[in-house]
Amino acid sequence: MEEIERISEELGLRKEEYQKVVEILGRVPTPTEIAMFSVEWSEHCGYPHSRRWFELFPRQGHFPALFGEDAGGIIYDDLAIIFKMESHNHPSQIEPKQGAATGIGGVIRDILGSGARPIACFDSLRFGPLEDRNSRYVFRGVVEGIAFYGNCVGVPTVGGELYFHPAFRGNCLVNVMCVGVAEKGKLAQAVARGEGNIVLYVGNKTGRDGIGGCSILASQEFADGEEKRPSVQIGDPFTEKCLIEATLEALATGFVVGVKDMGAAGLTCSASEMAAAGKSGVELDLDRVPLREEGMEAWEIMMSESQERMLLCVARGREEEIRKIFKKWGLEAEIVGKVTGSGRVTIIHRGEVVADIPANELTAPPVYTPPRKRPTYLDEVNSLSLQSLPLPTDYENVVLTMLSSPNLCSRRWVYEQYDHMVQTNTVVLPGKGASVLRVKGKKWGIAVTTDCNPVYCYLDPYRGAQMAVAEAALNLSACGARPAGITDCLNFGNPEKPDRYWQFVEAVKGIADASRFFGLPIVSGNVSFYNENPRGTIYPVPTIGMVGIIEDVEQAVDGVFKEEGHIVVLLGKVREELGGSEYLRVIHNLEAGPLPSFSLNEEKALQELLIELISGGFVVSASDVSEGGLLFTLLEACLAGECPLGVMVNVEPWNSLRMDAVLFGEGRGRVLLSLREENYSKVAVMAQEKGVPFAVLGRVGGRDFLIRNGREVLVALPVLDLKERWESVLS
Amino acid sequence: MKYCGKIIVVLKEGVFDPQGVTICNALHTLGYGEVVGVKTGKFFEVMVEVESLELARKRIQEMCDQLLANPVIERYSFEVEVGK
Repeated sequence: MEEIERISEELGLRKEEYQKVVEILGRVPTPTEIAMFSVEWSEHCGYPHSRRWFELFPRQGHFPALFGEDAGGIIYDDLAIIFKMESHNHPSQIEPKQGAATGIGGVIRDILGSGARPIACFDSLRFGPLEDRNSRYVFRGVVEGIAFYGNCVGVPTVGGELYFHPAFRGNCLVNVMCVGVAEKGKLAQAVARGEGNIVLYVGNKTGRDGIGGCSILASQEFADGEEKRPSVQIGDPFTEKCLIEATLEALATGFVVGVKDMGAAGLTCSASEMAAAGKSGVELDLDRVPLREEGMEAWEIMMSESQERMLLCVARGREEEIRKIFKKWGLEAEIVGKVTGSGRVTIIHRGEVVADIPANELTAPPVYTPPRKRPTYLDEVNSLSLQSLPLPTDYENVVLTMLSSPNLCSRRWVYEQYDHMVQTNTVVLPGKGASVLRVKGKKWGIAVTTDCNPVYCYLDPYRGAQMAVAEAALNLSACGARPAGITDCLNFGNPEKPDRYWQFVEAVKGIADASRFFGLPIVSGNVSFYNENPRGTIYPVPTIGMVGIIEDVEQAVDGVFKEEGHIVVLLGKVREELGGSEYLRVIHNLEAGPLPSFSLNEEKALQELLIELISGGFVVSASDVSEGGLLFTLLEACLAGECPLGVMVNVEPWNSLRMDAVLFGEGRGRVLLSLREENYSKVAVMAQEKGVPFAVLGRVGGRDFLIRNGREVLVALPVLDLKERWESVLS
Repeated sequence: MKYCGKIIVVLKEGVFDPQGVTICNALHTLGYGEVVGVKTGKFFEVMVEVESLELARKRIQEMCDQLLANPVIERYSFEVEVGK
């Protein structure tokens, strides 16, 4: 009795949770049962601290939305577009390469579990500063892991984010998003139903890897990361590729009742959640589970997080047919149990019942709403006064200094290691704005982006989260797509600390309010708490993954200038604001708010205008103004093409404002366009009709990046030199 | 003196070895049905020039910890010989 309570505590169950387990079972639990409850009720699987807040999220939007067990999506035309973002922060901090690799594998299987073919992956990454040796090691390892797994598995890595900040020194963030496509009537469900149907185990063998990964690794703070090393799993991308093909082939037979990935919490999670979703029971015989190691105990088998495994529920009498498909792809495929009508998850090992738990109780973890409190730092960091801030005397120097910030430089070194072309659907390549994907046989296409600025969310979690939604939506509109749906990955510190929990709740409210305003359903997501170590917590990062639909994929534009002579235009209002900007951080060593003013109405008008302009073919390039302000948006438009182009810009219209705010302020609701001369008046009229401010900045052309204020030259730097510097920061 | 460190790095017990599994399957395909397991690893020879055998051992162990083995998933063993 005492022994079992000790195991329970070691596995991370609270005392009152142990009591609840005893109540549910009406007896003292077995070690296997305790292991199963500990993983299923962990923060990572059961979301006890976050679940109740998801009721705030909108579920309806412009397009019909779908909500599955592990992923969700939207329906467009006759297809379902399924997407999901997931974190793999803790494993990546401990073992960067394998942590990132298995993160990709896991989210791909989530998409696969809904019956969709994975078509693209995106990585939103955050690390400590590059000067820091360990952060650099983690950064390089994560990129290597993504390249290793992603390139082998045959799903292109098309886009994402990369951000460096001391707040992520001890806790990197690796958020991976996968998008998949399925015929809308042919989606799979994660259910086990139909008494007598067969439970089939497919994929890799089960080993001792990753035991306790979700209950211990991802649900507690790092006291000393080194101690928790044995939990690391190793990815096997080629097996995953075979698993994708075999699963899709099996689903196409129509004899698969349900399917679920064995990811976090492994067999426990898939068996219990499939049973609960099907309102049935499942009986498993662990002696039939393919094992990699000898002498594994029942609790080890139930908790193992070995990769590249799925659990299937197959119509009785069809199991051999389905097994044959998996065998053909060189995968394990063993009948491990059957569906029962008992409503219980019953586990048999070496001829004995080692666990017998009501499925609906196992999958209904407790809900916690701990106290929350507005952090005290907020008042202090939100008191920026521009009057006391000196104006730069040499703008060229400022540009060159900021250019070497790893948050503003080119990401080419990273994405050129990834295969972003496999499957040959990538229309807009990495590094040029939102990613655009073709759907073969369709005129329309899919646009995808991930966005979140951690400094904004640190300064103001509610508005920072709203701005992440707005930025993602504007990114999609700027390539011509209509924003359609969201998946979110919420990365925070320890929720049992009131200030961290306050940040979390504020960010959730921010996402909910902004997405409801824009008519965007939140179809899937993931929460990662406990991203802290003895040196402190991370900045709050509610990463937004957004998918949009572009009606004619041929019309998609990117953010890069194309030709000399094109007119450069700014849509939206320029304000005298610098709060939260990279300029303040890099040049003045200041992280200070208030954040720039921000209006959902202005954002919406701008989105609609862009969609109209681009579908009409009036625009050559479009990119939203974000980190680094107007100047860095211009710079990227000049440098991101194969051949850099110069630009001549005059900011005289705003010379009544502080020039650093004009050039580097990160006020939202602005988009930089380039267009052909003949479309100029048309665009001006359309902007006016939508009430969007419109101003001519200058023209594309020349060899220099030239910024003037009236006659005064602020910046005149050769673009070839700039490009070389811009692309060499990370390599 | 010149010394030669011969270092073997293998995966820790319980860590999945996809390469080993693939080789095992390939051997089965070639007809070696008697193969029941394959483990892969790495072998290094590192030549050093230091004063003593003791110091050579110490330095090579440091190299293993810092670079040659990944302490998260691998373990290593080595022996040091007097080199040519």
